[in-house]
Amino acid sequence: MSAVKSGLILLVALALLFLSAGSVEARESAWQDWGYVWKVLTLQSYNARLVILSTSLLGMASGLVGTFLLLRKRSLMGDVLSHAAYPGIGMAFLVMLLLGGEGKWLPGLLLGAAATGLLGVLMVLAIRNTTRLKDDAAMGIVMGVSFGLGVALMKMVSNLPQADAAGLNSFIYGTAASMIFGDFLLILVVTTGAALASLFLLKEFAILCFDESFAASQGWPTLFLDLAMLGLVTSVTVVGLQAVGLVLIIAFLIIPATAARFWTHDLRGMLALAAVIGGASGWIGSSLSALFADFPTGAVIVLVAAAIFLVSMLFGPARGVVPRSWRHARLRRKVGRQHLLRAAYEILEGQQPDVAEPIRNLPIALDSLMTHRSWSAQQINRLLRTARNEDHLEEAGPGQVRLSEAGFGEAARITRNHRLWELYLIRYADIAPSHVDRDADLVEHVLDAEVVDQLESELQDRPSSLEVPPSPHFIDQRAESQAIHRKA
Amino acid sequence: MNWSSLDTWTVAIGAICAVACALPGCFLVLRRMSMMGDAISHAVLPGLAAAFLITHSRVTVVMFVGAVCVGLLTAVFTQWISKSGKVDRGAAMGIVFTSLFALGLIMIRQSAQHVELDPSCVLYGSLEYCVLDIVRVGALEVPRAVLSTGTVMLANLLLCALLFKELRISSFDPALATTMGINANLMHYLLMAIVAVTTVAAFEAVGSIIVIAMLIVPPATALLLTNRLPFVLILSAVIGIASAFLGHLGALTVPPLFDLGDTVSSGMMAVAAGLLFCLAWLLAPQQGLLVRWFGRDLGYGEESQDFPEETV
Amino acid sequence: MKSFVDNRHAPADGRPEHPDNLPLAIHDLTVAYHRKPVIWDIELNIPEGKLVGVVGPNGAGKSTLLKACQDLVPKTSGEVHIYGAPYKSCRSLVGYVPQRESVDWDFPVSALDVVAMGTYGRLGWFRRVGKAQKRVAMDALERVGIEHLANRQISQLSGGQQQRVFLARALAQDARLYFMDEPFAAVDAATEQAIVTLLKELNRGGKTCLIVHHDLSSVTRYFDWLVLLNMRVVASGPTEEVFTRENLQKTYGGKLSLLDDVVDRLRHVSS
Repeated sequence: MSAVKSGLILLVALALLFLSAGSVEARESAWQDWGYVWKVLTLQSYNARLVILSTSLLGMASGLVGTFLLLRKRSLMGDVLSHAAYPGIGMAFLVMLLLGGEGKWLPGLLLGAAATGLLGVLMVLAIRNTTRLKDDAAMGIVMGVSFGLGVALMKMVSNLPQADAAGLNSFIYGTAASMIFGDFLLILVVTTGAALASLFLLKEFAILCFDESFAASQGWPTLFLDLAMLGLVTSVTVVGLQAVGLVLIIAFLIIPATAARFWTHDLRGMLALAAVIGGASGWIGSSLSALFADFPTGAVIVLVAAAIFLVSMLFGPARGVVPRSWRHARLRRKVGRQHLLRAAYEILEGQQPDVAEPIRNLPIALDSLMTHRSWSAQQINRLLRTARNEDHLEEAGPGQVRLSEAGFGEAARITRNHRLWELYLIRYADIAPSHVDRDADLVEHVLDAEVVDQLESELQDRPSSLEVPPSPHFIDQRAESQAIHRKA
Repeated sequence: MNWSSLDTWTVAIGAICAVACALPGCFLVLRRMSMMGDAISHAVLPGLAAAFLITHSRVTVVMFVGAVCVGLLTAVFTQWISKSGKVDRGAAMGIVFTSLFALGLIMIRQSAQHVELDPSCVLYGSLEYCVLDIVRVGALEVPRAVLSTGTVMLANLLLCALLFKELRISSFDPALATTMGINANLMHYLLMAIVAVTTVAAFEAVGSIIVIAMLIVPPATALLLTNRLPFVLILSAVIGIASAFLGHLGALTVPPLFDLGDTVSSGMMAVAAGLLFCLAWLLAPQQGLLVRWFGRDLGYGEESQDFPEETV
Repeated sequence: MKSFVDNRHAPADGRPEHPDNLPLAIHDLTVAYHRKPVIWDIELNIPEGKLVGVVGPNGAGKSTLLKACQDLVPKTSGEVHIYGAPYKSCRSLVGYVPQRESVDWDFPVSALDVVAMGTYGRLGWFRRVGKAQKRVAMDALERVGIEHLANRQISQLSGGQQQRVFLARALAQDARLYFMDEPFAAVDAATEQAIVTLLKELNRGGKTCLIVHHDLSSVTRYFDWLVLLNMRVVASGPTEEVFTRENLQKTYGGKLSLLDDVVDRLRHVSS
C-alpha cells in the first residue's frame, strides 16, 4: 500500500481518536485536582484500586492467552466464545433458582457461561467439519443465534422478582464500577492459573501453532492441546465478561498480542510484551475511567490498548511501518551507491586499452554512466548527489565526473566483491555464467567484510590486492546501450 | 394467545429486516466474509452516535451516511492493518471493530445526555416500541420502521437484481472479474456499504448485534439446501421470513410456558433462524447429516468445492 | 539380524510376512477423500539404508503416501509397519521434513528454535528446552551449513535456507527413517548441493530416506531406489531397473516423445 494511502488512513484514525477525546465533557474538577489523579494512579483510592488491579491482571492474562490465539490464527474465537457465553449466564441463573438458591452466585453464572461458550465453539467446529460452510460462516451462525438466545433469556429472567436487571446486564458493559473483593479474588485466581498454564505449556503450544503436522508426527496430541488452549481462552473470557463486558474482552484477547508482535521476533519476548501491554492498558484505562465517571471502563481500556497498538504498528522496531520503510529506503540507497561506483569502475576498465597496466582514474562522461546501467536522469542525479556528499565523486568538467581517491578505492573494493561472488557462484553452484550477475548483486549487498575475506582465502589464487580479475561474462557496453535505446 | 395487529406489524418488520439482510448476507457467506458483517454491525455504533450528537434525533439520512462512512472505514482500516502490518486478517478485523465499538459506547453514553437513547436498545433493538411509532402514509397507518427498513429492502433487492452477475463473478473469482472489467475492489466496498446501511436500518428493530444472525444464518441454511445461486438468494429470503414469523410466535408462546413473562422478539427470531438451520443441517436432501450417515460419506472438513455450481 | 531399540509390538499373525528389519513395509494401503481414492492398494517394501525417490505426476498422491505412513491422514484400509511395528510405537525412529508451504514463516521464532523443535518429542511434557537440546540443534545446523543463521528469525531466511532449517530439524530428531516431502522444491543450486551432500552422508550412516521428488532429470543422480507412483505403485526397485521408458509411460501417461527424450538422455548420463 502506498505511503500516501497509509498516511491518509492514519490521519483518519487520529481524527477519530481525537473525536472521541473531544466528545468528552470532562468533569473539570477531576482534571484540576492532580493530587486526586495521582492518588488513583497509585492505587491509593480504594474505590478504584480493585478495578485497576483486576483489569490489569485480566490484561496480562489476555495478553498471554491471546498470543497463542493469534499465532494459531484463531483470534476471532474469542468473539465467538464471548457471544456464545451469554445465554449461559441466563441459563445458570435459572438453574440455580430452580435448585433453590439465590440465583446470582457469580461462580455459578460463570460456569454456565463457560459451558455454553465451549459448546458454541464445539458447534463451530462441528459445522465446519460436516458441511460445506467454512469457519467464518460457522462462527457467524453460532454467534448470532447464541446471542439472540442470550438476549431472549435475559429478558425472561429479568421479569423475575429475584433478578436484578442491572447486575445481569452488566455482562454487556462490565461491572468494573461496582466490583467487590470476591470478584477480584476470582479474577486473581483465574488469571494466575491461565498465566501458569501458558508458561508450562509454552513449547507445546508453540509447536502446535507453528507446524501442526510436524507436532502430530512427533506424537503430540494436537486435538487435546487445541482444547487446552480453548479452555484457557474460555476461562479468561468468561471472567473478563464480567469485568469489562462482552465485546471488550474480545479486544483484550486480540490487541495486546498483535501490538507485541511489532516489537520483537522472539516468541518469549512477544508473550512477555503482550502481557505488559495488556496490563498497562488495564491500569491506565481503568484509572482514566475512575477519573471520568461517565465512561464505561471497558471502552476506555480498549481505546488505550488501541492507541498502544497504533504506536506499535507505526514505530515498533521489528515490524513497524516506519522502521521498515526506513530500512528499505536505506537499502535502496546503499544499493544505488554501490551500483554507481561499480559502473564508474567498469567504465574506466573499458577505457583502458592495456589490461596488464593498473587502471587509471580518468574523468568519466555522465552519458556513459547513464547508459551503463540504464538509469534515468533523475535517478542518476540523486545517486551522484549522494556520492558527492560522501566525497566519492567530484566534478571534472562539463558533463564529466571523476572518482576521488577514496572513491576509487571504494569502487575497486566493491567491484572486487562483486567479481569474487561471481566466481564463487560459478565454482560452487552450477549456475550458468549469464545468470550470475543477477544473483551476485543481491548477495553482495548483504555481505560483510569477514565473509569477503573468507571467500578470498578459499579462492587461493586470488591475491588480496586491488587487482581485480576480469568479469567472467563479457560486458558489452555497446550492445547494452543499443538495447537501452531500443527500449526508449 | 392473543394475536393483534401489532403482532402482525412486528412480524412484518422482522420479515422485512430479514429479507434486507439475507440478500447481502448471501454474498458475505460466499466470499467467506461473514465475520466482516459482524464487524461492521458492531462498528457502526460510533457512526450512529455521531449522528445523534449532530442531529439530536433518531433515524435520519445523516445516520445512514454516518453508517456508510464507518462501514467503509472498517473495511479500509482492516485492509490497512492486515496488509501494512502483516497482521492475521481476523485479528485485524477484531482490532478495528472493537476499537470502533468502544468509541461508539463512549459517544453513546455522552449523547445519552442529549437524546433519549437507551444503549441496550442500540444493541438489541426494540421491536415492541417500533410498532408503536406510527406514521401516516396516505390512508394507511404504518409503523415508521416499516418504511425505513422497507426502503432498504427494496434497494437491496434492486441492487442484487441489477448487479447479480457482477456480484457473482467477483465473489467467485475476483482476479478474473477484474480482468473482465468488473472492479473486484469496488464490488467489495460496495457490499460493505450495503451491509452498513442495512445494519443501520435494522438496528432500531432488531439491534445491531442480532443483525449478524439475520445476515448469516438464513443464507447459510439456504446453502445447505441448494446448489444454485439464484435459489440460494430466494431461499434465504424465505427462510428469513419464516424465522421472523416463528420467532415472534415463540416469543409469545414460550415464556408463558415457563411462567417467565415476556421476551424480546428479535432474540427469538435469531433462535428460530438457528433452529431452521439445525433442521437443514440434519435433514437437507443432499448435504444433511442424516442422509450422509445412512448414505454416502461426503468427507467434509477438507478443502472441498463449495461455490454453488453455476458456470460463470 | 540387526537389533534395534524402542518398544515394538510382536508382529501380528495370519498375514503375509513383514520382515522385522525393513524400515518401511506397507501392505494394502488405500486412502480416500470425498469417496475418491487418492492412493490405493499400495504394497511397498523398502530395504534399509536406501535413498528412495518417490516420483509421479501432480495429484498422484505422493504427499498423501508420506502422511498416511505417519498417521497424519486417516487410512481407508491397509497397514504400515516401521521396523516391524505400527507407527505409533516407534515415532522416535522416524524423522519428517514436511513441505515448506505448510508453515507460516512469519512466526516469531529463530532458526535455532525451529531446529530445537525436533527434540521436543524426547523432552516430553512441560519440560523446557535446555542446553543439551540447544547443542543438538546447533550441531544439526552445522551439518546443513547454516550455523551462522541460528539466531535469525525465519522470515529473514531465503527459501533454500528455510529448507535447510527443516532438514536440520529432522536431523535433530536423530531418526533411522526419514520422510521428506519435496525438499528440493524451489531451492537454489547451492542449497540443492548441500541437501544432496547431506543425503549421501545419511546414506553412508545407514539411514533410510523416502523422498518425494518432482524433477525427473535428477532422479538417477540422487536416488538408488525408486518408487513410481500414480495413485498406485507402478514400480518399485533399484533405480536402474525401474527407470525405464515403459514404466515412465505407465506412470505419466501420454507425452511420449518428451519422455523418450528424457529417458534416453538420462540413461546415458552417468551420475
